[in-house]
Amino acid sequence: MSIEVRHLTHVYGEGSVLRTVALEDISFTVREGEFVGIVGHTGSGKSTLVQHLNGLLKPSSGQVLVDGEDLNGDKTDRRALRRRVGLVFQYPEYQLFEETVARDIAFGPKNQGLGKEEIDRRVRRAMDWVHLDYEKYAEKSPFELSGGQMRRVAIAGVLAMEPEILILDEPTAGLDPRGRDRILSMLENLRTKENMTILMVSHSMEDMARLATRLLVISDGKLAMDGTPREIFARGDRMRAMGLDVPESARLCAALREKGYDLPADLFRPEEVKEHLLRLWKEASAC
Amino acid sequence: MLSNMTMGQYYPVDSPIHRLDPRTKLLLTIALIVAVFLVKTLAGYLLILGFIYLAARLARIPFRMLLKGLKPLRLIVLFTFVLNLFFTAGEQVLLEIWVIRMTREGLRQAVFYSLRLVFLVLGTSLLTLTTSPVALSDAIELLLSPLKRIHFPAHELAMMMTIALRFIPTLLDETDKIMKAQMARGADFESGNLISRARAMVPLLVPLFVSAFRRAGDLAMAMESRCYHGGEGRTRFRVLKFTRADLAAAGAMLLLLALVVLERIYL
Repeated sequence: MSIEVRHLTHVYGEGSVLRTVALEDISFTVREGEFVGIVGHTGSGKSTLVQHLNGLLKPSSGQVLVDGEDLNGDKTDRRALRRRVGLVFQYPEYQLFEETVARDIAFGPKNQGLGKEEIDRRVRRAMDWVHLDYEKYAEKSPFELSGGQMRRVAIAGVLAMEPEILILDEPTAGLDPRGRDRILSMLENLRTKENMTILMVSHSMEDMARLATRLLVISDGKLAMDGTPREIFARGDRMRAMGLDVPESARLCAALREKGYDLPADLFRPEEVKEHLLRLWKEASAC
Repeated sequence: MLSNMTMGQYYPVDSPIHRLDPRTKLLLTIALIVAVFLVKTLAGYLLILGFIYLAARLARIPFRMLLKGLKPLRLIVLFTFVLNLFFTAGEQVLLEIWVIRMTREGLRQAVFYSLRLVFLVLGTSLLTLTTSPVALSDAIELLLSPLKRIHFPAHELAMMMTIALRFIPTLLDETDKIMKAQMARGADFESGNLISRARAMVPLLVPLFVSAFRRAGDLAMAMESRCYHGGEGRTRFRVLKFTRADLAAAGAMLLLLALVVLERIYL
């Protein structure tokens, strides 16, 4: 399943003094199995962009095609398409409302009109994906849980709809390192084991370095860069000019290169960096 | 969604009326309401209309904008008109069909009562269009502060008003966000009968209440940690001062009231 965005433009408050162009002529295609990271500074239009991808916002002009079908076409069943494109909002824990965790997760599948057994199966599976023990948590109130657990319940609520594409808007914001690590490894599993296509909005270049196979850089509502993390992190100067940064590992390499050390320009994965540094160290001590 | 709520929304321009002390504007609005209830004749109503028109001109508020504030009230005005038209007892019958009787007195009362309603809304919208909500609640607090002697919580009331007003846009944003999040999970807010629509509100209202309470708790904490302990001994950042303009405005209003009283006596 693929998503294609064609010349997407979104204008807020058209025809009033508050008119602002949030997105301008954005085009890209997400292919099946990709892990696409969307980066951009605050207010660059990332959240507006992801809300277009499952039809919650309508483009002012341009198209969003899901498997070739126009998301905003007259005959399109938007609710059906929304099932296939799951969207996890920023701070999703604030959308929880049911009395028990299991019932909250079942909200999506129930709206899909599934049978009781199927719903139950999906709730168990979704809880398993987000590492919440069914026996222990299913009957608890979601409001008794910790922030990190609540967030995982909310993500499970979207996963229970078994979307083919999962979009997450800053899933790790405000979590402690352990909570963040849990969510990231969960996403990694979903992609590698369930072959889910994932789009993730994040500020954290470290998260992106770890997971993304491709990065889209949004700046002032425009698509500024589109490429592999390797290509993009090699352009630290350009990223900084847009108020963004590159992972610490890439920054370290750039600083060393400036001092005259022989390192390739596209290093960013911590393990790779370690190998290269050890090699340099050995060469230096051999002399 | 709720963006067409224009009635009485602050219209931020700079004008002599905007610069008036909010206390003056509040008191003058009350005086205007009194005037509206005093007048008896068409001439009197025209006088008040002229006054409101001039004030709007001075405030640099398009008169059309003021009239737009009447839109939500059109049903009530129509209802008042019809009710008075047909159910007022009177001598001179203008029209009589079966049980429906329209009298001269009825027509008169219908026109004047509807006009009264219209002027009430125009007058009060003029106040809210030219006075920011914060200034208005300041004015209410100061005007009510003499009542503090009899333990009336004037400051607390004004503070609550300010906070409530401050959180309206925040809660609207929040509603929008939660609505979208539930729609992403397949919720349907638009179709179905009344009962299923009411049920569909649960996934929206519960998170909204939870977050409103959370915000209230956070805000209380933030206020306390900045040593807020109620109104006692609190000084103000914006000190309100009466100026000559306020005197002039009060003079104009007195003139209007005097004319209205004369009209009541002699016409």
